[in-house]
Amino acid sequence: MTREIAVIAFAQTDHRRSTEESSEVELLMPVLHDVLAQTGLKTADIGFTCSGSSDYLAGRAFSFTLTLDGVGAWPPLSESHVEMDGAWALYEAWTKLLTGDADTALVYSYGKCSPGSVRDVLTRQLDPYYVAPLWPDSIALAALQAQALIDAGHTDEPALAAVGARSRADAEANPHAQLRGRVPQGDYAVRPLRTGDCPPVGDGAAAVILAAGERARRLCARPAWIRGIDHRIEAHGLGVRDLTDSPSARLAAERAGAFERPVDTAELHAPFTAQEVILRRAFRLGDDVRVNPSGGALAANPLMAAGLIRIGEAAARIHRGASDRALAHATSGPCLQQNLVAVLEGDPR
Amino acid sequence: MPEVLRAPLVVEFPFTRSLGPVQSAFLTGLRERVVLGVRTTDGRILVPPVEYDPGTAEEIHDLVEVAPTGTVTTWAWNHAPRRGQPLGSPFAWVLVRLDGADTALLHALDAPGPDAVSTGMRVRIRWAEERTGAITDIACFEPYDGEPQRPDGHTGEFEDPLTGIVAPARLDYTYSPGRAQSAYIDALSERHTVGERCPSCRKVYVPPRGACPTCGVATSERVEVGPRGTVTTFCIVNIKARNLDIEVPYVYAHIALDGADLALHARIGGIPYDQVRMGLRVEPVWAEGARFPDHYRPTGEPDAPYETYKELL
Ligand SMILES: [Zn+2]
Repeated sequence: MTREIAVIAFAQTDHRRSTEESSEVELLMPVLHDVLAQTGLKTADIGFTCSGSSDYLAGRAFSFTLTLDGVGAWPPLSESHVEMDGAWALYEAWTKLLTGDADTALVYSYGKCSPGSVRDVLTRQLDPYYVAPLWPDSIALAALQAQALIDAGHTDEPALAAVGARSRADAEANPHAQLRGRVPQGDYAVRPLRTGDCPPVGDGAAAVILAAGERARRLCARPAWIRGIDHRIEAHGLGVRDLTDSPSARLAAERAGAFERPVDTAELHAPFTAQEVILRRAFRLGDDVRVNPSGGALAANPLMAAGLIRIGEAAARIHRGASDRALAHATSGPCLQQNLVAVLEGDPR
Repeated sequence: MPEVLRAPLVVEFPFTRSLGPVQSAFLTGLRERVVLGVRTTDGRILVPPVEYDPGTAEEIHDLVEVAPTGTVTTWAWNHAPRRGQPLGSPFAWVLVRLDGADTALLHALDAPGPDAVSTGMRVRIRWAEERTGAITDIACFEPYDGEPQRPDGHTGEFEDPLTGIVAPARLDYTYSPGRAQSAYIDALSERHTVGERCPSCRKVYVPPRGACPTCGVATSERVEVGPRGTVTTFCIVNIKARNLDIEVPYVYAHIALDGADLALHARIGGIPYDQVRMGLRVEPVWAEGARFPDHYRPTGEPDAPYETYKELL
């Protein structure tokens, strides 16, 4: 790798159950202005723009075009979009910067979950021949994974409840989080998962700016250098996989260099409590690693933005000197189907 | 702020999908009450079967019949079934490894309650009475404590194999247009057309979307535009749209309303289609009780000079 690339700014909305008073671009624009203001850059200074979102959340085709007004897309700019979480848009922007075609990149993503029913909407990402016709919802599939984990002896219901409680307690310090403080563990949503084991449904957006080399040093006092990123996917058949493990997450972490030296912080995109248990094992995180100090996806899970927010939160901790080396993880699909890992570092102090 | 506008939005589509040879055999088999798996090169039997080995990506097509009985590998109790799910009363989601298979199939288990379900329990397929060649030909699984049933060694050859399936999908949304567009729609219902001015470049956008695409800043100053405007460009539509009551040919045009810096589009009426031209001056025509103009018609004024609208093309 010849170019050093860093996350130099991060902004996010307050995540809320509904933002029906705002269109997509109205939701996003304050966040775009925030990251630009942090760096002093204007949209015209940005070399590459990449976004992540999903038409299935919006219920309309090419919904991402609605937000292009917010980045000042006239005169024409170099732009791309992934129909995925913004973490994957960041991956595309990172490769663009690696090629040397651009020195700066704006990455943003947003998800308005409120117009539809997320549990139903997410069934449309499943195998259309064998699985989607049964309409198994996202909580049901996560519950199958949680039960497999309990049967394997890796966790139990009280341990899962503790994951949820810790996440929401940590979220007290996060003004953007949707669920904060003491949240009842609640009734079963789909047994063995209770509502407290599940993420809130909400709307939100996030943006980061990447910059290469000296440009990053000039624009940010302590850049969060991306030492490696990798993403991997499991076989799509749920019954083919060992649901108690996440070999794709482990391999992505290995390829991103996560195991070369210990990390002090891990922002894990684990929308369900049991998934944090799986990821901690996959990433071999010890008790000394601060996991999801932001509260994680159990405190705010705006789909398509929640993964990018993990990278942004990890980077922001490096920016302010709370972390020197952090692992950021994003997932997509049922039961940790796809996993992306980024390793971020600050300059030695 | 005025009340947020909302409307139901239903997205519904019958996806027509082709089947490869392995998927065709599996789904045709379900129609005939036969469950088929596929053998990988290392000898494992995958059920449901796929065309490529998930481990090696090799093409696989060696079909093997497996039993309609099996073992639950994991489960989750669903006390509140949702639309489209296999059973209408509380049931367990299960992954079932059928006898003879090495992988598990996702489906529903009909059981009286969560206490009657456990990992490792024995189950068998309950077939749907009417079967069409779909995963739903398995109505669900049911508890079973007999011996593993033996498959008959079906070859996977069928007289009338399926070549495709139709998978209907429906999602329900509540659409809200946001602040800028709500203001536009609210004004329209009182027969006013409002745009928004960019605080930076001063352009007036209509319909407003809340942001200036040139400056990337929020537009907020409301500006009344029209009601008259100028046709900047147009096309003649010759294909009748479904569920639309308009005779073809008709003209669809870009119209720059007076005071606006962006053209909106609408149908032109009140003039033969072959007499519509660039520069034609038009005004909206409102149907009784309508919330938006039905179409635009000529005002009778002289045509606008090209210079007055060339920037709006
Ligand atoms: Zn402007």
